[in-house]
Amino acid sequence: MDYFPDAFWQTLGLTVRLAATTTLILLIVGIPLGWYLASARHRLKPVFEALVSMPLVLPPTVLGFYLLLAFSAESPFGSWLDSTFNIQLVFTFSGLVVGSIIYSLPFMVQPIQSGFESLPAHLAEASYTLGKSRWTTLTRILLPNIRASVLSGLVLSFAHTIGEFGVVLMIGGNIPGKTRVASIAIYDEVEGLNYALAGQYASVLVIFSFCILLVIYSVNARKPGLL
Amino acid sequence: MIGLHFRKKLQAASGVITLTVEQEIAPHQLIAITGPSGSGKTTLLRLLAGLSKPESGFLRFGEEVWLDTERKVFVPPQKRSIGMVFQEYALFPHLRVGANLRFALQKDGDTKIIQELIDIMELGQLVDRFPRQLSGGQQQRVALARALVRQPKLLLLDEPLSALDTDLRQRLQDYMLRVHHQYGLTTLLVTHDFSEISKMAEVVWRLEEGMITYAGPPANLERPRNWAETTLVGTVVRCQSLPGGVLLTVHLPSGQLIQIPYLGTVPPGPGEKVPVAIGGPGRVDLGIWG
Repeated sequence: MDYFPDAFWQTLGLTVRLAATTTLILLIVGIPLGWYLASARHRLKPVFEALVSMPLVLPPTVLGFYLLLAFSAESPFGSWLDSTFNIQLVFTFSGLVVGSIIYSLPFMVQPIQSGFESLPAHLAEASYTLGKSRWTTLTRILLPNIRASVLSGLVLSFAHTIGEFGVVLMIGGNIPGKTRVASIAIYDEVEGLNYALAGQYASVLVIFSFCILLVIYSVNARKPGLL
Repeated sequence: MIGLHFRKKLQAASGVITLTVEQEIAPHQLIAITGPSGSGKTTLLRLLAGLSKPESGFLRFGEEVWLDTERKVFVPPQKRSIGMVFQEYALFPHLRVGANLRFALQKDGDTKIIQELIDIMELGQLVDRFPRQLSGGQQQRVALARALVRQPKLLLLDEPLSALDTDLRQRLQDYMLRVHHQYGLTTLLVTHDFSEISKMAEVVWRLEEGMITYAGPPANLERPRNWAETTLVGTVVRCQSLPGGVLLTVHLPSGQLIQIPYLGTVPPGPGEKVPVAIGGPGRVDLGIWG
């Protein structure tokens, strides 16, 4: 018996690709969103905060269910995407990415938001009085001072996407090489009574999760922020 | 000439007050702003800097209109020729002193100004240090130098020396006076220290509950009962509870030992540093004026 079949590597590769794509997009979305939430004095701010954090408390299947309805070709949104951009999100990798972004959003936004909130207001203000734009202030003053928070957001989003199951199963299904990620594969192999392969997936995920958390805690211990 | 007219509601300890200020400032003047805590001093500086917006108001700097709420004109801080020094210094913690100064350089700015300021403020030994490796006085000198890199016309100083002891304070006052004259600045300085006002300012504004209650030369400024002529930081040697109240024995930097009644609620213990306000002749008070 081939100890690590090709399908094993294919599934792990897909899992990492999904997590990496999701994390990258979340970084681009999370920084402005976290900054906005940290600095907003808006009446509607709690509404935005609640929406961002919803995936923390909702069962993933609930989220997956609504996403499935929204993405399906019969829904107005799904058919609009299909007819305008020729994009199908049900049972596709793109659909998994969109679902994962929503699902892991709080894991990126919350550390970044609290990082920004921990910075004294006068840092940004000093930069403005030195003639610097909001963009320069963000990239050269604020972000370098919340590096640890951004790193936490990156690692947590990546790890959380690796571990997702419910959302993927609802909108992605279990198509090898397309939407079958490691957590789904474990479930599938156990159902097929193939405990050896399920064990391989599971042990990879255990080791991977431990290493990631080890990295976070070591980095945070060595560089306890500059403030 | 600077013309300003601001109205802004503020949340103060005593409730909501309305900051209402209408003044003119002659070019190259050094104005001290003083008054109790929560009277709107910092807000006034922030309004001049463009870090806060008033409910209604007008601000003209020379020929430029920086703010006109009626015509919806608002020039952001980036476009105002200002330098600001914050009470907490606000140095960028991830940048060395040199990089803190270079960050302030404008796109077409002349790098010579940085070396010039390093020389004036005597920062040569410190350029490779991070802010956390500097003492309070050194950080304040860097903050002042950084505010001047942009070569502003208006310098705003928000209690820049309040955390420093007397000797250091006097040296920094000299630095501030030097740059004020050398660069032909118009300077607004928020301070509680009466000796600082008399030494530095040509004009003083006293702000109380959001209103200017005095504007004129420092010599004519009436000193309120709890006004400090100057403040020293002393070390408590002994703290005695007597029938009439608490009596502190304080060791002053000059070596002198003095006994003063403590007027607050939680007396400091031996070894703690306390601000001591030296009032009129022979009158000594603990500083509790914010």
